[in-house]
Amino acid sequence: MDLSFSDEEQAFRQEVRDFFAENLPSEMSDAVRAGGELSKDMMDRYHAILNAKGWLATTWEPEFGGPGWSPVQRHIFEEEACRAYAPRIVPFGLAMLGPVLQQFGSKEQQDHYLPRILSGEDWWCQGYSEPGAGSDLASLKTRAVRDGDDYVINGQKTWTTLGQHANMIFCLVRTDPDVKQQQGISFILVDLDTPGIEMRPIRLIEGGHEVNEVFFTDVRVPAANLVGEENMGWTIAKFLLTHERTNIAGVGFSMQSLEEVKALARVVKRNGKPLAEDPLFAARIAQVEIDLEAMKITNLRMLYKAQKQGAPGPETSILKIKGTVIGQELKDLARRALGPAAAPFPGSIEGNLSLAPADHANDAARYFNNRKTSIFGGSNEIQRNILTKTMLEL
Amino acid sequence: MDFDLTEDRQMLSDSLTRYLKDKYPFEARTKVAYAAPYHAPDRWAELSELGALFALAPEDAGGFGGSGFDISVVFEALGRALCPEPVLAAVLASRLLTAAGADQESLLSGATKYAVGLGELEAPYELDLIATEATARGEGHVLNGRKSAVYGGQVAEVFLIAAKFEGKLAMFEVAASAASVTGYAMMDGGGAAEVLLDDAPATLLIADAGAALQDAVNAGIVALCSEAVGAMDVLHAMTVEYLGTRKQFGRPIGSFQALQHRAVDMLTEIEQARSITIKAASELGGGQASRYASMAKNLIGRAGRLVAEEAIQMHGGIAMTWEYPGSHYAKRLVMIDHQLGDTDFHLSRVMAA
Repeated sequence: MDLSFSDEEQAFRQEVRDFFAENLPSEMSDAVRAGGELSKDMMDRYHAILNAKGWLATTWEPEFGGPGWSPVQRHIFEEEACRAYAPRIVPFGLAMLGPVLQQFGSKEQQDHYLPRILSGEDWWCQGYSEPGAGSDLASLKTRAVRDGDDYVINGQKTWTTLGQHANMIFCLVRTDPDVKQQQGISFILVDLDTPGIEMRPIRLIEGGHEVNEVFFTDVRVPAANLVGEENMGWTIAKFLLTHERTNIAGVGFSMQSLEEVKALARVVKRNGKPLAEDPLFAARIAQVEIDLEAMKITNLRMLYKAQKQGAPGPETSILKIKGTVIGQELKDLARRALGPAAAPFPGSIEGNLSLAPADHANDAARYFNNRKTSIFGGSNEIQRNILTKTMLEL
Repeated sequence: MDFDLTEDRQMLSDSLTRYLKDKYPFEARTKVAYAAPYHAPDRWAELSELGALFALAPEDAGGFGGSGFDISVVFEALGRALCPEPVLAAVLASRLLTAAGADQESLLSGATKYAVGLGELEAPYELDLIATEATARGEGHVLNGRKSAVYGGQVAEVFLIAAKFEGKLAMFEVAASAASVTGYAMMDGGGAAEVLLDDAPATLLIADAGAALQDAVNAGIVALCSEAVGAMDVLHAMTVEYLGTRKQFGRPIGSFQALQHRAVDMLTEIEQARSITIKAASELGGGQASRYASMAKNLIGRAGRLVAEEAIQMHGGIAMTWEYPGSHYAKRLVMIDHQLGDTDFHLSRVMAA
């Protein structure tokens, strides 16, 4: 048993840290600190900075333009990115579709799409969930019917994150309604400029626009856009979900949140003293800090296992459940710490009249927005079902 | 023993509930709640006509209520409808005007809107740490300081301000025109204001106002707790309905025991919240009022968060959307903890008592 990183890993950490120190514009880290929505332009420019270094597609193999990192290296990169307050890499093309195309795509698809993901020419979004198919994804109804060299798609997708910035969408569609649900699903790539597609914004609880619904009416998509064989979409979907789960514990983000809450508690006053000196609040912070320290090790143990076995196992559901709860707890503490200073709707009072300390005016909004993390990517209830089946074998 | 409402209170509750359902439906509510001035003048006058404001004050002050239970009945109805009108400001002000023996006819009739400036950025909940200061000037007084998150302050014509004067906590009246008032929308809808007082001319109403201010806060807490109980009832009912209608894996998700038990846990907490609110309402104005107000606000803080978070989680994505009414109930329940003292503040008061 040895909890230390190897010399090579520590040197790698230093290299990443130096890279961010030298290359991450302060306007980006400032925007991340402030906790509002980032512009498409800023996300594009951040991607370009990483791409120039060859560090954008962290999970891709070198032959496709990835850095060929081990799971531990990816973990170190994520930690350092959070430490530097770098934006999040938008995952849909890079972390989700890229690995799918590398595993299941044709040579033509790989040659065409992968470079466009790296260059930022294509911005992908995800067409998975439907109004009637959330936790029960396999019950999806969006229909694709073969007609000559095309598929004709009709149906509706929802919760399409950052779809407003996208020009492409990858979808799960039903190609055979007469077989067992999972066996009649296909994975297809759709250009959002195709006639018959309408994207509508969904406004979230805190007022922000980050998800959308997408309507398909007689949308003709070339059959060449199918990934893998017809009706093998569920296999691809499951493969993609395991990639969606890299960094699922969100340890780096929680470490960031913990530091933010501690700093906030030092400047906010309660009972005439800094809130950090209030034993009740200090206890709340300490409690989450203990959980987070344990989660760091749980995360590393599972990374280690994944590195040894070649793939993460079903126990990563533990990371999703506990990791999201820790993250939510920290956002809850930041909101609480503000007291009445959390009252204003974001942006409704600014400048020198702002009630909250710098970078904390969005903390209540972030708390509400963060409730999504225990719902998306397979709700925490679904994760419990997975653990019940795979670990408890009940 | 009698846990039923009196006939009069039941009638007020019924007519308010009917009125709000009819005239303040959810779509109208959300529009008012987030667009300046975060208040509907017509509705305000009608609420007064229905007795929602007169119920807040005792008979000798021109009202027909004024007890904890009167306040409770009004706010439970407001909570069920998620009404953004500044009635909390009216409770606080009415309480203080009653203590001062001042006329409050124009407040109760809805003709004049009052707001009460208590909390400050460095002393959000602690009355004894208020730093706003009064000084005698000529025949009257002037105030200097900043009052933060003044509920209803965005539309108030008159402010009642707590300020230090000659070593004591005093209460003053200030015309809105004498202060610098910046209104804003609140996270959960409705409005508040930052009130800057820069040599603002003020009229002294109560020279030694510590007890009166604490009583106003206690009344405000009974109001907020009752509002939360009303909102929790609605959000729980929405959740149970959703569990019964939303189908996944070929059956209603409410058939899964994992979710059934959580919905029952919500119910248990709501009943506990209702009970402690009844207790706080019954003690309002008495010697133990502060202790029970703190107990109620602590429990409501915990229950409100649980109900809000569990409702969102069990709805899945839909309760994360602005369009779904449940998300707004959840927001209100969470943000009530930021008004008049939060879970920890009131826990420490119970511990110290």
